[in-house]
Amino acid sequence: MIELFASQNASSFPVLNAMIIVPAMGALVVVLLPNSRPEMMRPIGAIFASIAAAMSLYVMTQFSSHDAAFQFESIQSWIPALGINWHVGVDGISLWLVVLTGLITPIVLLGVDPHHDPKPYTAWLLLLQAGSFGAFLALDLFLFFVMFEIVLVPMYMLIGGWGYEDRRYAATKFFLYTMAGSALMLVAIVSVATLSAGDQGITFSVIELAERQALSTNTARLCFLAFALAFIIKVPVFPMHTWLPDAHTQAPTAGSVVLAAVMLKLGTYGLLRFGLYLFPEASVWSAPTLATLGVIGVIYGAIVAAMQKDLKRLVAYSSVAHMGFIVLGIFAFTTQSLEGGVLQMVNHGLSTGALFLLVGMLYERRKTRAIEELSGIQSAAPIFAGFFTIVMLSSIGVPGLNGFVGEFLVLIGSYETRRWWTIIAAAGVILAALYLLWAYQRVFHGEPTPTDEATPDLTLREGLILAPFVAGILFLGIYPKPLLDRIEPAVDVLIAHIEDHSDYERPSPAAPVVVDLDQLGEDGH
Amino acid sequence: MVELVWLIPALPLIGFVLLLVAGNLLGEPRAGWIATIAAGASFLVTLTVFVGLLGRDSHSGERSYELVLFEWLPAGSLQVDAGFLVDPLSVTMALFVTGVGALIHLYSIGYMHGDPKYSKFFLYLNLFLFSMLMLVFGNNLVVTFLGWEGVGACSYFLISFWHHRESAATAGKKAFVTNRVGDWGFMVATFAIWSALGTVTYTEIAKSPAMAATTGTAVSLLLLVAAAGKSAQLPLSVWLPDAMEGPTPVSAMVHAATMVTSGVYLLVRMNNVLTDDALIVIAVVGAATALFAALCAVAQHDIKKVLAYSTISQLGYMFLAIGSGAYVAAIFHVITHAFFKALLFLGSGSVIHGMGDEQDMRKMGALRLAMPITAATFIAGWLAIAGVPPFAGFWSKDEILLAAWEQKNIGPLLWFVGLITALLTAYYMSRQVFLVFFGDQRWDEEAHPHESSWTMTTPLCILAGAAIIGGAINLPLVKDWLVLEHFLEPVFNHPHQFSSGTTTKVALAVISVCAGLAGISIAILSWLTRRIPTDRLEPEFLENAMHVDSTYARVVAGIGTTGFQAAADIDKQIVDGAVNGVGKLTMRMAQFIRPAQSGYIRNYAIGVAVGALAIVVLLTWGLLL
Repeated sequence: MIELFASQNASSFPVLNAMIIVPAMGALVVVLLPNSRPEMMRPIGAIFASIAAAMSLYVMTQFSSHDAAFQFESIQSWIPALGINWHVGVDGISLWLVVLTGLITPIVLLGVDPHHDPKPYTAWLLLLQAGSFGAFLALDLFLFFVMFEIVLVPMYMLIGGWGYEDRRYAATKFFLYTMAGSALMLVAIVSVATLSAGDQGITFSVIELAERQALSTNTARLCFLAFALAFIIKVPVFPMHTWLPDAHTQAPTAGSVVLAAVMLKLGTYGLLRFGLYLFPEASVWSAPTLATLGVIGVIYGAIVAAMQKDLKRLVAYSSVAHMGFIVLGIFAFTTQSLEGGVLQMVNHGLSTGALFLLVGMLYERRKTRAIEELSGIQSAAPIFAGFFTIVMLSSIGVPGLNGFVGEFLVLIGSYETRRWWTIIAAAGVILAALYLLWAYQRVFHGEPTPTDEATPDLTLREGLILAPFVAGILFLGIYPKPLLDRIEPAVDVLIAHIEDHSDYERPSPAAPVVVDLDQLGEDGH
Repeated sequence: MVELVWLIPALPLIGFVLLLVAGNLLGEPRAGWIATIAAGASFLVTLTVFVGLLGRDSHSGERSYELVLFEWLPAGSLQVDAGFLVDPLSVTMALFVTGVGALIHLYSIGYMHGDPKYSKFFLYLNLFLFSMLMLVFGNNLVVTFLGWEGVGACSYFLISFWHHRESAATAGKKAFVTNRVGDWGFMVATFAIWSALGTVTYTEIAKSPAMAATTGTAVSLLLLVAAAGKSAQLPLSVWLPDAMEGPTPVSAMVHAATMVTSGVYLLVRMNNVLTDDALIVIAVVGAATALFAALCAVAQHDIKKVLAYSTISQLGYMFLAIGSGAYVAAIFHVITHAFFKALLFLGSGSVIHGMGDEQDMRKMGALRLAMPITAATFIAGWLAIAGVPPFAGFWSKDEILLAAWEQKNIGPLLWFVGLITALLTAYYMSRQVFLVFFGDQRWDEEAHPHESSWTMTTPLCILAGAAIIGGAINLPLVKDWLVLEHFLEPVFNHPHQFSSGTTTKVALAVISVCAGLAGISIAILSWLTRRIPTDRLEPEFLENAMHVDSTYARVVAGIGTTGFQAAADIDKQIVDGAVNGVGKLTMRMAQFIRPAQSGYIRNYAIGVAVGALAIVVLLTWGLLL
């Protein structure tokens, strides 16, 4: 039934477990450090976060690229009576999110100054890293739920403790809203496990439950809806998105970066791993609705973003638009759309994460995020403006940078199964240019006032923080093949799984260069 | 030798990286020279590739060479390579892009003298050239799109180069966003082509059978949307006149000679998928744009605005040629236009430079005396665009008018529109020449107009030479002299054949020459000898470009902003209002039942008693049932 002690890769060291445990231990160590040494907190925390990051890079290099199965699997029995295990593993869908989580945390920990209380700040960030790793790696529903909920706490604390003027309202809203979504998911998790038990015994193993497909159609659909609700709040999908602008705007820079780069991905990742995988039929059934909501998010998010007066809020709404593309891609069920969706999760993490860093740096200089209070920054701080431009173009989706690659694959793949949705979503590229360039013009172009003139340019330290983001933006834009190669097998298996358990059939690709005219119009099946 | 194709875009890219890293250190004029050398070297490599291609047999399909660098977007059955296609069409485009581009780089060394962001200007120019060459050499739609968006981004940077000016910043943004409408068409067309044919590679698309009629027409029209955005055709033409906010070398290179012709290139490249229905639409869009923009050019006062509308109008000619199936004529006009329009723009830049940044033609006049080289070269450009034989413009325009005449459905009408446009072109260009270089001096003595430095006049002279003799690449007099047509032949599945007899051809040519001369004569009478009163020749309606732009602006500012603001309000009041409402409702309900927790033992005792009683009652009731 369950392969005990499975560790498929050569090394028997349970690296995935270590990745979760090391930052958690780090949080503990930081808490135990003497309060008299505040300057020690972040460097020591960063060491732990960096060890975890190094392990995520190790997993990346050792990951077998043409293997669809879960790798580095590790199972420990946890609550045997209920069939609950500590079961972790990584595949092409989770791999890059794990790497992203690994790399982002040490960067923001070192790069963004909390200004006060470095000890709890460091500890919460480390716990956030541990929880996010856990959520992306969990292959047991119970374990996933625990991790999915755990990450709420540090983020709540970061927003409430280190945020801006409206931080309490934003933190409470964030916590209650996302918590409300996952309450029903817990019910669904228990239902799926117990109703699937049958003769084989109860299990919370995701793989096992996906294979069993024991639920009746209607039950499965209900359970799917409960899962989906939790995830679409997390993504967030229109109209469940209004916690996001508040949380993002009020969160400290590090919180915003991790929220955008890592935590929102829990939603889209959850839809893929638990929505599509556990409930293939229900996913197909609900696809038109969810794809529609995704496309509404693309257009609506962009329109609302354009009217924002707060630069950070604008970036937050741009997230709604970008995540909408991913949702469309997920519910289009083609190799390209899913690959694009997974890649776009990473892309969005890089470009929106970098945008939040930049807005944070601007705030540090000017103590304002209001677009109308800024002008002519490009004249005062040309290098800062240059970095902002690159990240902005990535967010707009200019080819050669990462944003295009994901969006293009999502759209070209979705065109096969969701033609009109795609045609509308593609118009989002016009709006993305509109709101970002308009904001750029108001903030960076124009005549600088004396206050603007005094805005200092990027420091070397800030440049070093942004450099990995820009490097990723360029690399993924020019050579995404290493990522695509590793994502593709997992995605293909997932689509095949959906085909096996529903009436969905992926469109057969048109043959390149049809030699014989008679073959025209035939489907090939 | 064709294997060297990768070096053509690589050289300006190296220039870009060099200037990015060390631009400020290099400073003026070294930064400019590095960029110019990169562009010039790129031209020399293009020449080498061209010679290599000529060495191959044209009839056995050998004049098509693909170089794949790496897999760019491999996803399932989708295969997108970072690859180049060397064929007669891409090399023809690259020759004038790098050639004219290098000259404009050289010109800019002098023109940008003293600008605080001197090296940055050349950095953008090199990045632009790289993007343009990717657009031209890409072996599939997606690489072309990379270049397509790259030139769009560079155009944005360069238009808003002097971004402290509100108008420049706005113009840059407007250009980018308007172009994005076209990009939407490009993207959806790409999706549809891949969906129907399973490939995005040009050579495979060319070999594929025709798509179903509706799909084919839809794809063609989407490509037209894309091309109309980049090439400023109606209804997406509004960004180009504003783009004149950029430095003049940018107007010459990006917004006249190279980038704006990429729409024409795209349609010619995709000639195999364009359906007959779509071709008619393309022809009508082209003819309408040609006439519209020529009318607008008549009443402009800004020396660059005249040329901007003229560019839109000439691009309309190229679309008219494509719509009539005469792809070679379109490319021919792209090339001759690149020569004479770059020349005219650089000439206008020289005038602006010499006049100390004055752009209003009403404040010029008699400048031929102060700026003899600029005047002489400008006159060559004027005669070329006016269609005076044997200057370059005559030959290419004549071929387009002939093709329009032969168009199957509405040929004579298209031809007539083209003819009127030719008359107007000759008129407004003559008006410009007379206002700027002839007549009375209308500038103050402090203006001190002077001839520009050699780095600026050398490109003028070379381009003037090209504008005079450029028509020689495709002379219709003897069949063997149609060099361009024979060279480009392998690119087309169904080469266009002119069906008219010699008499018709000669008659049409004579008529178009007469139209040009008529335009010039009217201009002489009104603007040179002042025999015709000029006060009614510049109607406000035309000066304001028939209010198309201002109508757009009003719609965007009015309905657009209102709608956007409404969405933002709905988000705040209703979507988020509901969320906060749930919170408030919970609080309200909590307030309601809060008195139950009064803290008095007697109240709780009553509660316990009532509860116990209820349980007993329920249990009994259950047992009875």
